[in-house]
Amino acid sequence: MEVNKKLIKVPTMAEMAANGQEPEVLFWVGCAGSFDDRYKRVTRAFVQILEHVGIKYAVLGTEESCTGEPAKRAGNEFLFQMQALTNIEVLNAYNIKKIVTACPHCFNTIKNEYPDLGGNYEVIHHSTFLQQLINEGKVHVQGGEAFKGQRITYHDSCYLGRANDIYEAPRDVLAALDADLVEMKRVRANGLCCGAGGAQMFKEPEPGRKDINVERTEEALATLGKGKGVIATACPFCMVMMSDGVKNKEQEENVKVFDIAELIAQAEGLTK
Amino acid sequence: MIGISNIIFLIVAAIGIGLFVWQIRKIRKNVLMGRDLVLEDNPSERINKTLLVAFGQQKMFKRMLPAILHLFVYVGFLVINIEVLEILIDGIFGTHRVLGFMGPVYDGLMAVNEILAALVIIACVMFLWRRNVTRVPRLATGVEMRAWPRMDANVILITEIVLMFALFAFNIADLKLAELNGQELAGAFPVSQLFVNAFGSDAGTLATIASVGWWIHIIGILAFMNYLPSSKHFHIIMAFPNVYYSKLVPKGKFTTNPAITHEIKAMLDPSYQPPAPEVDAEGNPVMQRFGAKDVEDLTWKQLMDAYTCTECGRCTSVCPANITGKLLSPRKIVMDTRDRMEEKGEHPAIFRPNHYKEMGVERVETTEEKTLLRGYITPEELWACTTCNACVESCPVNIDQLSTIMDLRRYLVLEESAAPASLNAMFTNIENNGAPWAFPASDRFNWADELYLPSKN
Ligand code: SF4
Ligand code: SF4
Repeated sequence: MEVNKKLIKVPTMAEMAANGQEPEVLFWVGCAGSFDDRYKRVTRAFVQILEHVGIKYAVLGTEESCTGEPAKRAGNEFLFQMQALTNIEVLNAYNIKKIVTACPHCFNTIKNEYPDLGGNYEVIHHSTFLQQLINEGKVHVQGGEAFKGQRITYHDSCYLGRANDIYEAPRDVLAALDADLVEMKRVRANGLCCGAGGAQMFKEPEPGRKDINVERTEEALATLGKGKGVIATACPFCMVMMSDGVKNKEQEENVKVFDIAELIAQAEGLTK
Repeated sequence: MIGISNIIFLIVAAIGIGLFVWQIRKIRKNVLMGRDLVLEDNPSERINKTLLVAFGQQKMFKRMLPAILHLFVYVGFLVINIEVLEILIDGIFGTHRVLGFMGPVYDGLMAVNEILAALVIIACVMFLWRRNVTRVPRLATGVEMRAWPRMDANVILITEIVLMFALFAFNIADLKLAELNGQELAGAFPVSQLFVNAFGSDAGTLATIASVGWWIHIIGILAFMNYLPSSKHFHIIMAFPNVYYSKLVPKGKFTTNPAITHEIKAMLDPSYQPPAPEVDAEGNPVMQRFGAKDVEDLTWKQLMDAYTCTECGRCTSVCPANITGKLLSPRKIVMDTRDRMEEKGEHPAIFRPNHYKEMGVERVETTEEKTLLRGYITPEELWACTTCNACVESCPVNIDQLSTIMDLRRYLVLEESAAPASLNAMFTNIENNGAPWAFPASDRFNWADELYLPSKN
C-alpha cells in the first residue's frame, strides 16, 4: 500500500462567499494558532482532521483578528470591545452560525462575551468537536497502538474547565487513544493554572518563589513518573507554559507536550 | 409570674436587639455605597443555589474534616436556636421550660440539642487546635491574617464553648433541682444526665447555678449577636443573601461596560446615536469611572462579598500566584475591601481593620492614599492574577474575588494607563497587527502553506 500526499487547500470564507457557499463550521484559528510556531502545528493537525473526515469548513484567513481576549483580561476593556465589535461585524457579514476553535481563550470570549456586543454563535471547543467525531465514528484512531502503554496526563485549561465546565470532553478524546491515562493531584475544578492566563502570557511574572508553570510541570512530572510520558493540553497557552516547564526541568527527552488534536492526528496516521 | 428579673431581662434584650439593628443599618449603608446592579433574574436557580451552597454547605465538602466539624457547629446553631426561643419566652413571661408541653417532641428536641451542644464543643476545641497548635497554613499565614482576624476567630470559638457550657450548667442544675424536689423535668438530657451530681445537692447553690447558666447563655447570645457585625462570623447571616445573589453565568464571562460600547460604536459609525447619559438629581451627567479605584466604584454585590468572607483562606490556598510565592492573596483583596469600606463609611462597634502601613508589613507597599487601590491593594498584587477562577471556585460562600481584581485592573489601565510596559506593548500589537505579538496581519494565514494529507490508495 503506497502512501500518497494530497495538498490541502484551506478554504477561506471570502472564497466560499464568492461562490455563494456556506461552511458547516468556521474554524477560528486564533493568534497563537496563526503565529506561534509550536501551535501552528496544532492548527495544521486540526485541519488535517477536518479534511480527513470531510467536513465542510472554512477559515477567515487574513480577515481574522485577535478576539481581544488578552486585552480584556489585562483590563483594557476599550481595546477589547474595539476588537470584538470589528470581529463581530466580519462574522455577521458572513452569516456565521457555528464556530470551532482550538483556543479556550478565544472559545470563552466568543461564546460568553461576544453575545453582549451582538455576536451570537454556537461556539465549540475542539475538544468537544473531536469528542463528537469520535463518538460518531468518523475518527477511528486506528493507529492507537502508537500510544499503547504510554503514560499521558491531561492538564486542565482554566478557561475550558472552571470557566466553562468542560472537563470530560478532552479526557474522552484521550481515552480513545488506548493509552495509560494518569491524573495529576490537582485536576478538574481543582486544577492548577499553567500561569499564562489573564494576559500573564505577555509579561514577566511578578516576583515570587517560583514560576507557576514550573510548579505545574513538577506536578505533571511527578504523576508521569520515570520513563517516557506525554503531557496533553488543549490550549495554546498551556502548551507554551508546560513545554517551557519541561525544558526548565530538562525533561524534553522523556516527556513531550502535545495538544489533543495532535495526538488524534498522529493516532489516525494523518501526520508522518 | 413576672418579676424584677423579667423586667431586667426585657431591658437587656431590648438593648441587645436595638444595638444589633443599629449596627446592621450601618452595614447596609456601607454596602449601598457601591454601584447599582440588578440581580433579579432566575429566582428559581438562585433559590436552588442558596439551598445547595448555603443551607446544604455543598462547597464545604471539598475538605472533609473541616466540613464535618463545621457541620456540627452549623446544625448545632440552627437547632439550639429553638431552645433560645424558649429561653426568650421564659425570660419575658417568667415561665419555665414553656415548650415542655410538647412531651416526647420536646424530649427529642432537648436530647438532640444536648448531643449537638457536646459536638459543638468538640468541634470548637478542634478548630482552636487547628488555628493555634497545628496552625493550618491557610488559617495562620498571610499578611491579612494579623492581629484582629486572628483574635476574632479565637474569640468566637471560645465564646461558643462558653455558651455551650452555660447551657449544660443550666440543664444540669435544673435536672438536679427537679430530682431533689421529686419532680419529673420535661425533656431528655442524655449529656447532662451524666453529670447530674456535678454541682452537689444544695438547692440554693443549684438554683443560683441554673440562673447564672441561664443568664450567661442569654447575655452571651445577645453579646455574640452584636459582635457579629465586627467579625468574620457575620457570614452566618450574610452567606445566605450572598449566595442568592451570586454569579449565574459561566465563570469565564467577565462584565462588559456598556458605556464603552456606545463610545466605540459612535467611533465606528458616526450615525450611531448613543443613549442619553445618566443624570444625577440636579440633572448633571454622572461621570463614571472606568474600573474601580475605591469602594464606591465597586458594585453593592462586590461590597456584600466583603461582609460575607469567612476569612477561611480556601481561595488563597488554591491561588496559583499565592502558591508560588507572589504577593497576591484573593482573601486579602476581599478583606481589604471590607476594611476600606468601614474606613470610608461607618464601622460596627468593635471592628478593627488591618492597616498594613502601621503594621509595617514588608512587601505590601501601600501608599498614604485614602483609596482601596494603593492605600490597601497594590498594583503588584493585581498584576499577579492569572484570572484562573480557582479562588471563585473554592469559596464556600460564593464570593467573586476575581471580579474585584478585574475592576481594579481596569482602573489602572483605562484611567491611569498604568499597565506594565510589556502589556502596553501587547496592546499596541493588537491595535496595529490584530495580534498580541508583533507579526504582520498579512502573515496570519501562512500556517496553511504546504499542508498535506496522506491518502492511501
Ligand atoms: S483568579 Fe487570580 S486571585 Fe483567583 S486564584 Fe486565580 S490567580 Fe489567584
Ligand atoms: S473569599 Fe471565600 S474562600 Fe476566600 S477567605 Fe473569604 S470566604 Fe474563604
